[in-house]
Amino acid sequence: MTIMAVDPVLARRAAIQRIAEATDHRRQMFSGLALLACRACLVITLIPLVALLTYVVIRGASAWSWAFFSHLPTPAGVPGGGIWNAIVGSLIIDGMAAAGAILFGIAAGLFLAESSGRIAGTLRLATDVLAGVPSIVVAIFAYALLVAHGIHHFSAIAASFAIGILMLPVIMRASETAIKGVPTALSEAGFALGARKATIARKVILPAALPGLITGVLLAVARGAGETAPLLLTAVGSQYFSVSPTKPIAAIPLVIYQNGIQAYPDLVKIAWGSALFLVVVILVLGVGSRLLAARLRRVRHE
Amino acid sequence: MTSLATLPPRPGTGGRIRRLLAVSDGAYRGALGTVAALFVVLLVVFVTALVVQARPAFAHFGFSFLTSTKWDPVHVHYGVLVFLVGTLETTAIALMVAFPIGLGCALALAFGIPERLRVILGPAVELLAAVPSVVYGLWGLLVVAPWVRTVIEPALGHITGGHEPFGGSQIGVGLLLAGLILSIMILPTMVAISRDVLLAVPGVEIEGAFALGATRWQVMRRVVVPSARGGILGATTLATGRAMGETIAVTMVIGNTDHFAHSLFGTTQTMASLIANEFTEATEPFHLAALIGVGLLLLVVAVVVNLAARLLVRSVGRQRAFGIGVL
Repeated sequence: MTIMAVDPVLARRAAIQRIAEATDHRRQMFSGLALLACRACLVITLIPLVALLTYVVIRGASAWSWAFFSHLPTPAGVPGGGIWNAIVGSLIIDGMAAAGAILFGIAAGLFLAESSGRIAGTLRLATDVLAGVPSIVVAIFAYALLVAHGIHHFSAIAASFAIGILMLPVIMRASETAIKGVPTALSEAGFALGARKATIARKVILPAALPGLITGVLLAVARGAGETAPLLLTAVGSQYFSVSPTKPIAAIPLVIYQNGIQAYPDLVKIAWGSALFLVVVILVLGVGSRLLAARLRRVRHE
Repeated sequence: MTSLATLPPRPGTGGRIRRLLAVSDGAYRGALGTVAALFVVLLVVFVTALVVQARPAFAHFGFSFLTSTKWDPVHVHYGVLVFLVGTLETTAIALMVAFPIGLGCALALAFGIPERLRVILGPAVELLAAVPSVVYGLWGLLVVAPWVRTVIEPALGHITGGHEPFGGSQIGVGLLLAGLILSIMILPTMVAISRDVLLAVPGVEIEGAFALGATRWQVMRRVVVPSARGGILGATTLATGRAMGETIAVTMVIGNTDHFAHSLFGTTQTMASLIANEFTEATEPFHLAALIGVGLLLLVVAVVVNLAARLLVRSVGRQRAFGIGVL
């Protein structure tokens, strides 16, 4: 008993507890206030975001009509214009971009997942850095490669190239993570059956990694679909209907930007309507990817 | 000796396509390696293309390209200092607003609200990070700018009696608005990553602090935040990179003039908005080279900032946030 009483650790602990109890009330008050401040920060963060969404929904919904989605743009001052050509244009640009980025990105993701060491590590870092390169810089690259040389004028394919590069790092890292998450026992079972690596990748690894792959692709498409700056330097927009990959083409983000900075109320209205359309598409992709991934995971576990 | 891999395909196992896809292990590795090599080539061509195209401007204007404040396409004189400063100013305003609020918000999201709210608000903030910048720009120009002009700017101008930094004409668009919109745009990114890093702090350390009689705030302040410092710094750096490169929203709200902002209410331009405004109208070759030079400068800044951010966050061992969680 006497030995324990002089134990310095216990003595120190007792002292700390005494001080803690003595100052408890004051500290709890301060803690409560500080937590309140943190919660206030949460509210301050949410207010502008909620305000933004509210404005987009209210102003955008009033612009929506059948004609809005099915008509071509009209000159300023002529009411009744729509964004049909921009919807098709965005589908073409983002479709081509996604096709390229998915093929390339998943293959590169497989490579990253199966490799370790310095080369793969450097590649990973390069991918992450590419994800942080401003989209306007990627746009300059697409311009220099495909507009200034290559095709020699503004085109949908140049826009796809730029958007595809922006989608690429997201898909690469997401597929690497998804593929690494596949239990090694599955591929080892494949090897035990004498299957080749390509067969195992196609029949075992990729199907098992599917939920993660889909999430990555949808997030990448959501990111790509909202990009505006790259389109400004590559697709430049158009008042006409076009499906040609080698011609200038309209796109939803461009409609928002180009109409939004005009002084004509009907053009601004179209900008709000397009903004709501874009936000809905992107949030559906975002929420959808989460739900789909969760569902696929659940199915697999059952 | 015949290994399994060298055996001919079993007869009757499928059509030509299946046999085509069932390539040997060497070919499979080769194919994946080629894709990875192509990725490297892409990056090399990326940088080379920008350097080659920007070279005329650097060669002709030399160091004055960076230090001159005059950007005059008519007289073929290009200096980027105004826009470099514009980028730094908007980013600084955005960070000064977003950092304290973002940290507080992340702390609240991680420890300050009930579980039920957290599972809703957490993903909601992440989804908001995906709202396109052009939508922020539209809202900033048409909704926030009039409000800043009629409410915020008169109020701030009143404080200093119309002197710096809140002097000058109150027109809504300008440096202050650009900084505010940027701060709103980077908040979701900052919050989502910081929250992940905060939640990754080992529970043992937290419980230990509680056992010593620390309050929730003390645990957060003395244990969680110091332990997550690297990750929070990384999240901030990443948000900085985003703010510096942000183009379309800034272009819509900063006023786009080629001189320094005289006050917080003044108009100016950033490097990114300059490119967006002038690129497609640049007919004279030096003009285009100069704009690509601005892009190269932006690329260098972005790469440095991002490398720093990745290394900081990687040291904390949280990679998920960049992989898929946050765009």
